[in-house]
Amino acid sequence: MIQIEHLYKSFDGKPVLRDVSLEIRDGETLAIIGRSGSGKSVLMKHVIGLLTPTSGRVQVDGTDINEIPYRRLREVRRQFGVLFQGGALFDSMNAFENIAFPLRTFTDMEEAAIRDEVYECLRLVELPDVGPKRTAELSGGMQKRVALARAIALRPRYIIYDEPTSGLDPETSNAIDDLIRALTDEMNVTSIVVTHDMHSVLSIADRAALLHRGHLHWVGTIDELHASDDEVLCAFVKANEYQIGVPQRV
Amino acid sequence: MASLSLTLTKPLRNVGLYVLLMVKAFASLGEFRLYRKNLFKQMVRVGIDSIPIVALAAAFSGAVTTVQTAYQLVSPFIPKRIIGSIVAPSLILELGAVVTGFILAGRIGARFAAELGTMRVTEQIDALEAMGLNSIGYLIVPRVLAGVVMFPVLYVVACFVGITGGIGVAHFGGYLEAGEFVAGAREFFQPFDPVFGLIKSVVFGFAITSISCYKGYYTGGGAEGVGRATTDAAVLSCVYILVADLLLAIVLL
Repeated sequence: MIQIEHLYKSFDGKPVLRDVSLEIRDGETLAIIGRSGSGKSVLMKHVIGLLTPTSGRVQVDGTDINEIPYRRLREVRRQFGVLFQGGALFDSMNAFENIAFPLRTFTDMEEAAIRDEVYECLRLVELPDVGPKRTAELSGGMQKRVALARAIALRPRYIIYDEPTSGLDPETSNAIDDLIRALTDEMNVTSIVVTHDMHSVLSIADRAALLHRGHLHWVGTIDELHASDDEVLCAFVKANEYQIGVPQRV
Repeated sequence: MASLSLTLTKPLRNVGLYVLLMVKAFASLGEFRLYRKNLFKQMVRVGIDSIPIVALAAAFSGAVTTVQTAYQLVSPFIPKRIIGSIVAPSLILELGAVVTGFILAGRIGARFAAELGTMRVTEQIDALEAMGLNSIGYLIVPRVLAGVVMFPVLYVVACFVGITGGIGVAHFGGYLEAGEFVAGAREFFQPFDPVFGLIKSVVFGFAITSISCYKGYYTGGGAEGVGRATTDAAVLSCVYILVADLLLAIVLL
């Protein structure tokens, strides 16, 4: 379980997160939603210790990740798989090498076993044939899938998705959503999805948390979201409806 | 007022960040398994791949220094072998290390800053960290070590090729015989000179690679930021080569 308690973060004196407290329960898929610049990605980076809070704390399975030595933090991070917004594939490697990288670095697996594992990950993201391709040869959607394959290679307990569908066409976005749902079911992981795409939220999330101007404005289940008359939440959902039509939970 | 204090403290902040980065890099030296493969790759890039351009620059430096020294020593009372006595120490004490330093600042400094800067703005460094990898140990340690190890090798190549270039142009240009040049070079040779050059090359190798890695690792601001980091890395490396050159000369000579 991940617990975020009274988290404040400011950059050069400018506050980005203000008193954010949130609990992410084991096995759930939580969507962190909000407008661009509301602090979603900053919050996500605090969860894996890529940013240090100005005050407040983040606990992963009871461990305050900002109070432990760097070596121990790296061990905690290995429980996470992270899909970054742009994929963040290593452009000096091809798709196969990208997925094999964490396996070669953190395990003592034989090369044959690594090869099998990489192709299993590629099968899970429905791209079995792209292994030899350079990252520049892959489309945006394919890059995200390969990055997802890399994120799940070490079989993490938590997967964080940072804007998994941004910049993709609706059909590819749906495919990514289906993939996230399938992975969540198949691997029984806790997922945190940072997005402003309500269609994704309604497709894959169990709960949603709305960040608004650095504050955690609203948290609830998807059913509660449908029933809510909160002004800010309604405005955010409505803005999405105009873009994508009325979303329906799958 | 706040922006003024931010402007005034920025250089101090940069120095602090640089020192902290180097402390973290030194602390990662023990994790050899982490950077072993990358170290050999970087040693080839810094050292082997730079040999042709370093040799070319050194050969021309040696040749031009010889011609210009011959031009200035027109008195019949000065023996011609003095040309060798001036050119060889010039290369060993100064030109071999400084010319190599400027070439590496442009070739390797800019490359390291651009590589790491691009990795930073495309979140590849965050991805390494998020995996649980020590990104400083994986990316910066092998680059800085490669610079410290391979710069002295390039310095030796530069001195050898530079002096050979000087001898060649002296002999074939009709300024003095090759034997006279070598005799002059040997006459005033000080055993500490190449040691001083090697010390300089280790310091220059560290300065160029560490400054460039620092600039790249802390790049911000997208493609424009990468461009700025690349330029800063090359310019700052050249400036610090000159500063270190003077300080080492004052302290060690």
